[in-house]
Amino acid sequence: MSEVKYSKEHEWIKLDGEEATIGITKHATEMLGDIVFAELPEKGSNVDKDGTAGVVESTKAASDVYTPVSGEVIDTNQMIVDDPSKINEDPEESAWFFKLKIKDKSEIDSLMSKEEYEKFAKETSA
Amino acid sequence: MTIKKTSLNNLHIKYGAKLVEFAGYQMPIQYKDGIIQEHKYTRSHSGIFDVSHMGQLFISGGDDLTNDLEKIFPADLKKLKTNQSKYSFLMNNKGGIQDDLIITKTSDGFLIILNAACKYNDYEVIKSKLNNQYKLNLDESLSLIALQGPEAKNVLNKVITGCDSLKFMNGNNYVYKNEKVYITRSGYTGEDGFEISIKHSDAETFVESLIENGSKLIGLGARDTLRMEAGLCLYGNDLDNDTSPIEANLKWAIPKSRIETEFVGSEVLKNQFQSGVKKLRVGIKPDSKVIARGNTKIYNDKNQEIGKVTSGTFGPSVEHPIAMGYVDNSYSTVNTKIFLEVRGKKIPANICNLPFYKKNYVKGEINV
Repeated sequence: MSEVKYSKEHEWIKLDGEEATIGITKHATEMLGDIVFAELPEKGSNVDKDGTAGVVESTKAASDVYTPVSGEVIDTNQMIVDDPSKINEDPEESAWFFKLKIKDKSEIDSLMSKEEYEKFAKETSA
Repeated sequence: MTIKKTSLNNLHIKYGAKLVEFAGYQMPIQYKDGIIQEHKYTRSHSGIFDVSHMGQLFISGGDDLTNDLEKIFPADLKKLKTNQSKYSFLMNNKGGIQDDLIITKTSDGFLIILNAACKYNDYEVIKSKLNNQYKLNLDESLSLIALQGPEAKNVLNKVITGCDSLKFMNGNNYVYKNEKVYITRSGYTGEDGFEISIKHSDAETFVESLIENGSKLIGLGARDTLRMEAGLCLYGNDLDNDTSPIEANLKWAIPKSRIETEFVGSEVLKNQFQSGVKKLRVGIKPDSKVIARGNTKIYNDKNQEIGKVTSGTFGPSVEHPIAMGYVDNSYSTVNTKIFLEVRGKKIPANICNLPFYKKNYVKGEINV
C-alpha cells in the first residue's frame, strides 16, 4: 500500500516509489467552500518544497496551493481545471492536482501522518 | 468592542451557519448548503437574508423636513408619494459617496435604510446637516429581513396576506401577530423581493414560518454573488468617499429636476454632468475562467494601467467569472479589450454591459 502524508498547508501527498501524487485535503475544501477555479503548475516545470504550485479559488477568495516536496511536475489533472467542483466532491482521490518526480526523498520526513494531520486540522480550525 | 448579534443569531446557528464578523455584527457568511447552492436557490425559489445589521433611520417632520432633506440628498423627495422609495446617496462636498441608501416617504416623515458600516456616521452627518431640528431615530429595536426570489411573493403572502399587491420600490404597513410590520418591495439580488422591518421579538418566528413555506436562509456570501450578477454596487468596494454617483454610473438615480438645484456635492455633480468624468464604473467579463478580485489592476493593450477592479467573483447563475471596476472613460465602451493583472499574468477581458444577470423585478419603475 502506498503511503500518504500531510502538510501544514493542508496538502496530501501519496508516495509511490520515486513519484508522488499531490492534492488538497477534505478539511481544506471544507474551509474553502465551493471551489470555482483551479490553476495547476506547468508539466515539466520544477517546483520547490513549500513553494506555490497552483491556485484554487472559491466564490469568496483565492488560495495558493503549495507543494509539500520538491520535484519535477510529470502530470497534472485537467479534470479539476475543467470542472473545479470535482475538488469539493472527491478531494483525496480523483481530484488530485499534480504528480511529481521527487527530488529529495528526505523532505518527506517532516510531513505529518494521517493521525497527526487530523489532530493538527482540528486544533487549527478550533 | 463587543460583537453584536442580531435577533436571528440562534436561528443562524440552528441552520448551520458559518458566522463571521461584519460591520461589528456576527453574521452568517453561509449555511450548510454553501454559497453556490444558496445563490441558485434564491434565483429559482426564494431566499431569506438577515440584514438586521443595516440602519433603519426614521426622521419625523412635514414639508420643512422634505425641503431640508433635499438640501442633503439629490433625490426628488417632494414628488415622492407616501410609501414610495428612491435609491439615493449621502455625499460629501466633493461629490464623493459617503453612503448609498434607500429613502422611503412614510406617513410622518422619512425612513432611510443605511449600510451597516456607515450607519452611525450617517446618523451624525444627517443630524448635524438638519441642525438638530427634527427627531431622528436610528431604531435598533427592529430587525430587517429580506426575502428575495421568484417565489418570494407567494411565500410572504402565506405569512402576511396582501403584500403581493405592493409595487416595486413601494412599501406599506402590515400586521404580523398583532404587531405592525413595515414591508417594502425591494432588494439587492436582481430578483423580485421584499424587505420586512419587524420587531426583534417576532423576527425568529416570522423567519421560521417563511422556512416552513419553502424558503431558505441565505448567507452574506451568496448575497454578494447575487448582487454582483445583478450589477449592484457594494459600498466600500464599488463606492467610496472619492467616487461620485456619476463616476459610479448611477446617473439614473439623480433626477434631471435636481441637477440645477443645491444639495451636498451639487457643484461637483453639475460639473461632471456638463464636462463628463475621467473614470467610469463598468462591467468586466474575463475571457477565461480566471477570477479577478477587488484591487486587480486593469491595463490597455499597450500595457498602460487604466483602472482597477472593485468587485469580482464567479457568478453561479451566469457560470462565468464576473467583475466590475473603474476604467479611464476612454476605455468604458462595451466590448473594449482590456487586460487584468492576476498573479503576475495579464488576463484578457472585455468591458461588458451590466447587469450580468437579467433582472426579474415586478412592475419596475427604474431602468438600470
